[in-house]
Amino acid sequence: MLLKKHHFLEKNVFFLILGIFLTIIIGGIVEIVPLFTMEQTIEKVEGVRPYTPLEQAGRNIYIREGCYNCHSQMIRPFRDEVERYGHYSLAAESMYDHPFQWGSKRTGPDLARVGGKYSNAWHVAHLDDPRSVVPESIMPGYPFLAKKELKFDDAAEHLKTLRMVGVPYTDEQIEDAVADLHLQATADEDYDDFLARYPNAATGDFDGNPEKLTEMDALIAYLQILGRMVDFTTYNPSMNLR
Amino acid sequence: MSQGSMAQTASSAVDYNMDVVRWGALATVFWGVVGFLAGDLIAWQLAFPALNFDFEYLNFGRLRPLHTSAVIFAFGGNALLATSFYVVQRTCRARLFGGKALPAFVFWGYQLFIVMAAIGYVMGVTQGREYAEPEWFVDLWLTIVWVCYLAIFVGTLLKRQEPHIYVANWFYLAFIVTIAMLHLGNNLAIPVSLFGTKSYSMFSGVQDALTQWWYGHNAVGFFLTAGFLGMMYYFIPKRAERPVYSYRLSIIHFWALIFLYIWAGPHHLHYTALPDWAQTLGMTFSIMLWMPSWGGMINGLMTLSGAWDKLRTDPVLRFMVAAVGFYGMSTFEGPVMSIKSVNGLSHYTDWTIGHVHSGALGWVAFVTFGAIYFLIPVLWNRERLYSMRLVAHHFWLGTIGIVLYITSMWVSGIMQGLMWRAHDQLGFLQYSFIETVEAMHPYYIIRATGGALFLLGSFLMVWNVYKTIRGDIRREAPIGVSAPAAVQ
Repeated sequence: MLLKKHHFLEKNVFFLILGIFLTIIIGGIVEIVPLFTMEQTIEKVEGVRPYTPLEQAGRNIYIREGCYNCHSQMIRPFRDEVERYGHYSLAAESMYDHPFQWGSKRTGPDLARVGGKYSNAWHVAHLDDPRSVVPESIMPGYPFLAKKELKFDDAAEHLKTLRMVGVPYTDEQIEDAVADLHLQATADEDYDDFLARYPNAATGDFDGNPEKLTEMDALIAYLQILGRMVDFTTYNPSMNLR
Repeated sequence: MSQGSMAQTASSAVDYNMDVVRWGALATVFWGVVGFLAGDLIAWQLAFPALNFDFEYLNFGRLRPLHTSAVIFAFGGNALLATSFYVVQRTCRARLFGGKALPAFVFWGYQLFIVMAAIGYVMGVTQGREYAEPEWFVDLWLTIVWVCYLAIFVGTLLKRQEPHIYVANWFYLAFIVTIAMLHLGNNLAIPVSLFGTKSYSMFSGVQDALTQWWYGHNAVGFFLTAGFLGMMYYFIPKRAERPVYSYRLSIIHFWALIFLYIWAGPHHLHYTALPDWAQTLGMTFSIMLWMPSWGGMINGLMTLSGAWDKLRTDPVLRFMVAAVGFYGMSTFEGPVMSIKSVNGLSHYTDWTIGHVHSGALGWVAFVTFGAIYFLIPVLWNRERLYSMRLVAHHFWLGTIGIVLYITSMWVSGIMQGLMWRAHDQLGFLQYSFIETVEAMHPYYIIRATGGALFLLGSFLMVWNVYKTIRGDIRREAPIGVSAPAAVQ
């Protein structure tokens, strides 16, 4: 009986396509749409802010080099992970990440809270030749980053595009994008206004080469902010029971 | 073997468009070798990092997407293009819709997509989303090609002279329609400039993560499963010369499979910041998915009822049947790994990599090799393949390679997962992260060796295909034929 009904689909291409389409669309709707509409999806926390132009440039280099192939940015709520990496990751911490970089494989360690764990000099040495500081490491070397001048003259365009997809950059931040880019990587400047716009940002000459602004500067600026935006001393998980 | 003569009598009735199938078959072989080569290179890089040469265009991070895209979209994609164009014509007894031009556009347009994506990866042009790395302009181009592909497929179904649409075509159709939806949904992005390559995803964080794995898992479910089940439903009955075991089972498992697969994405995000309800839903559907998956396996294997003896004499059929076996194995392993407590151990480790490869090498590649070995003599009107012995050698090299690959990844994955969570008697973490990396070294060598054997097997295929197309036939004793005579 049911087989007879199925004959209808087997003889009518358009109804077969319609049947397939209706069957495949349900799961996605049920699972994805509520993530945009339910308020509890993203916790209310203090401190998460848009990336500085330099951090965003560094993030784009992180993506370009495919770091996500080996490093996650998502600490799970397990005893060992919390001891090894720090507080488990919150959804709020990646709310301005376009795209997300949670990763799926840990050939290297998680980087969700790598910010502030190592000095800039360590990162320079490690990215230049990982085995110079970690002899057993299997990470590729990235010596070319320190040689390449950072190309991000269109920083304002990038910030504008990010604002279109929901990152709340202010007009002031967009206007000052290129100036902020250089200021953050220059040593011994007056950072007060900048830090008011971007609290907690690491500043200074990241790559140890004051002569030029390199891709190494940008990538380290990004790594140094990872996991440092939320102040966990004021975070109360029970406020966000989901 | 009488495939050659059968092809001639059949094609005298309908003037099939076999050009695009021939190109697709060759492209499948070519991209297969490229993808396996890239994969084995990066496997050796993990064992010996000096092989990265600290050179930006050869670093693991840029070559890994090249490998995954080359095997999934270039090798697998061309296999699907070629076989779907072949199967839809044969089972509809109708020439491909769209004349000569449209199928040619789809084929060459798809190759252009592959080349643009590959060059982009090496140059560092990527969206940073696994298996959806191509940037916005490449995605737009693929959309155009894909719509034409759908038009050709549906157009041919409409022209059919058979009253019913054959089961293989349901699967191909579901694959084409669903990939279109996933591709559009997961690549919603805004370019920074119309003249630049960079774009930013419309979604962020948790929503972006689930959209990506809704796409990512169903790239597995529809590109690497539904499409290849279509292949199975045509080539296994054809090669075994037996009808499909159960028509009723094919209906049930088809609808159940495409319905359940879509829900399974969240199992890639267990214990992350994705809300628990979504994780649990994803786990539940992933476990249910076991059943329709095995429905397909049973239907494929039982089709051999009464023809099992052919496995002894026909290594081409052996490829197809082993593929279904691997399919059954990895679709059991998958639901197990989607259980949250198992996933807590397996996630982020090599176990996942091993699981993917038992599916990709064992199922996808093996059923493709079977289909290619079936198609080459038919498409070029040859009496038979150049050498069946070479097919048998290819089969064993591939099988041993896969076994080395997946067993080493089981051991390294489970070991690393256990080492990460080990605490000593004082309650401190027992191992630093780098100690767990060091412990992986021998397994990375075993894995890369397995990959090298698999690659070596594919070289035998290249040689065999080349000689067959040239029209050479190697004189050799038939496989396994003397054995039953000796018993009697």
